[in-house]
Amino acid sequence: MSIAAQSDPTPSSATDIILSVNNIEVIYDHVILVLKGVSLDVPKGGIVALLGANGAGKTTTLKAISNLLHSERGEVTKGAIVFEGQEVQNLSPNQLVKRGCVQVMEGRHCFGHLTVEENLLTGAFTRRDGKAAIKADIERIYDYFPRLKERRDAVAGYTSGGEQQMCAIGRAMMARPKMILLDEPSMGLAPQIVEEIFGIVQSLNEKEGVSFLLAEQNTNMALKFARYGYILENGRVVMDGDARSLAENEDVKEFYLGIAEGKRKSFREGKHYKRRKRWLA
Amino acid sequence: MDILYKILIDPFLQMGQAPDLFVQTLWEGLVAGVLYSLIALGFVLIFKASGVFNFAQGIMMVFAALTLVGLHAKGVPAFLALALTVVVMLVLAIGIERLVLRPLVNQPDIILFMATFGLTYFLIGLGEVIFGGEPKTMITDALYLPRGSYEWKAFGGFVAFQKIDIAAVIIASVMVAGLAVFFQKTRIGRALRAVADSHKAALSVGISLEQIWVIVWFTAGIVALATGIMWGARSDVSFALQILALKALPVLILGGFTSIPGAIVGGVIIGVGEKVGEFYWGPLLGSGIESWLAYVIALVFLLFRPQGLFGERIIERI
Repeated sequence: MSIAAQSDPTPSSATDIILSVNNIEVIYDHVILVLKGVSLDVPKGGIVALLGANGAGKTTTLKAISNLLHSERGEVTKGAIVFEGQEVQNLSPNQLVKRGCVQVMEGRHCFGHLTVEENLLTGAFTRRDGKAAIKADIERIYDYFPRLKERRDAVAGYTSGGEQQMCAIGRAMMARPKMILLDEPSMGLAPQIVEEIFGIVQSLNEKEGVSFLLAEQNTNMALKFARYGYILENGRVVMDGDARSLAENEDVKEFYLGIAEGKRKSFREGKHYKRRKRWLA
Repeated sequence: MDILYKILIDPFLQMGQAPDLFVQTLWEGLVAGVLYSLIALGFVLIFKASGVFNFAQGIMMVFAALTLVGLHAKGVPAFLALALTVVVMLVLAIGIERLVLRPLVNQPDIILFMATFGLTYFLIGLGEVIFGGEPKTMITDALYLPRGSYEWKAFGGFVAFQKIDIAAVIIASVMVAGLAVFFQKTRIGRALRAVADSHKAALSVGISLEQIWVIVWFTAGIVALATGIMWGARSDVSFALQILALKALPVLILGGFTSIPGAIVGGVIIGVGEKVGEFYWGPLLGSGIESWLAYVIALVFLLFRPQGLFGERIIERI
């Protein structure tokens, strides 16, 4: 059941789409089938949310795109990943970053023993445009993340979770990406900080023109900032549509937002409903 | 009472009575320590960047020295031979990355450790086939390394400084300073530290692990070459030298596996401790304590400070 985006009803022309994932299948360790045919498109300059419960395959999808799967003994066995009109599934993460697609991993993964500023500098590893340009970019990142500027000389391992998330996003921005794969930025953070980070992501998207593919469990928050969303379940896309229609969809409300018929329901009832529906299907 | 006197008082009296001998012992300890540090440095570099404990570090030192001496024996001028040896170390680094590290990526650390055992025996065999197994003399003169010694009249006697030892200390210091600047200030150095911190995160920002590994093994190879020249000049270039790599273990335990300053300070403490211990306390135990004292010091450290003097603090958020 596809509900087309309002702004761009038929995102078919290849030029409008920065990233396109076509029916990929991912197998870990040669035996464990994790993704069973996932397809999605990210329009140029868009924010697309990838939603779903734990273990649905969100992180695997992002890692398949950024090619970090390989270092975890995962493999894309079917399908194609097209970034800016070219197939990229055989590129190394390093080559992909050079082309402008960077992942911010789940759990932030800052370099704990490096200072915040050194973390940002490592983000510019693939760039060859000289120290001055990199320095200017660091200042630009500090404009978006004033907290990082205050903490620039602090060892990243000792900064707060929110600061580390900002540091990880800032570090990714230092590669001058066209697209960021952002995995679960809200993980373990206070709602206020999550809101702040999503706000910054939105302004990076608007002012710097970076496209985002955002994997989130926090469905409510993700649908507030994204324009389009895909819902994954058991390694398959089960639903997609533009953010507003997803947020209003009864099933989404029931399963992911915990609301049904206008009132909150208990988790148990939701689960029961879900189970019955699966049985019938 | 007598034994306590011999342990606690007599050695210090001796130090006071013959300060020139004491200074001489300290100096010799310092030189040995600096050279231990260089070996330990090779371990630290590789351990930090690839998480591998490189058992082959000792043989890399011998192999580098052998290549240098062997090339010179074939008639290559000394400095060209030095340059060629550097190239050989680079080829070795690339070969190790391609044939050992890359196929074993994501395997448990112990497998990589075992692989470095294999590497050790491979290099021993290769070295013997190419250069023969007999001990050789280091080409000290051809490399313009000084011979002889300075004698410093002081403390009512004299202290002798071997010129080669002075050169060793200077070369080691320059090397360490160079590495420190490289790690702190350069783009590649920062990337090395990033890789040491988290392989996955380094991959995600576009750092190529393959490139970093080659650089790190090459750097360790250069350090091995310098160490090989210095040790070779003090004794002979022979496969027996690789035993010295085992002396780096207590240095690493003392200094911490991940710390370059730790390797230096640890090396000096072990070197000085060994010589002073041997000279003043050795006779009590019938001498020969030099060969095991370092390990005892290391054992005490393992009990009280397992991460070493300068080992990276384990940062954990609670």
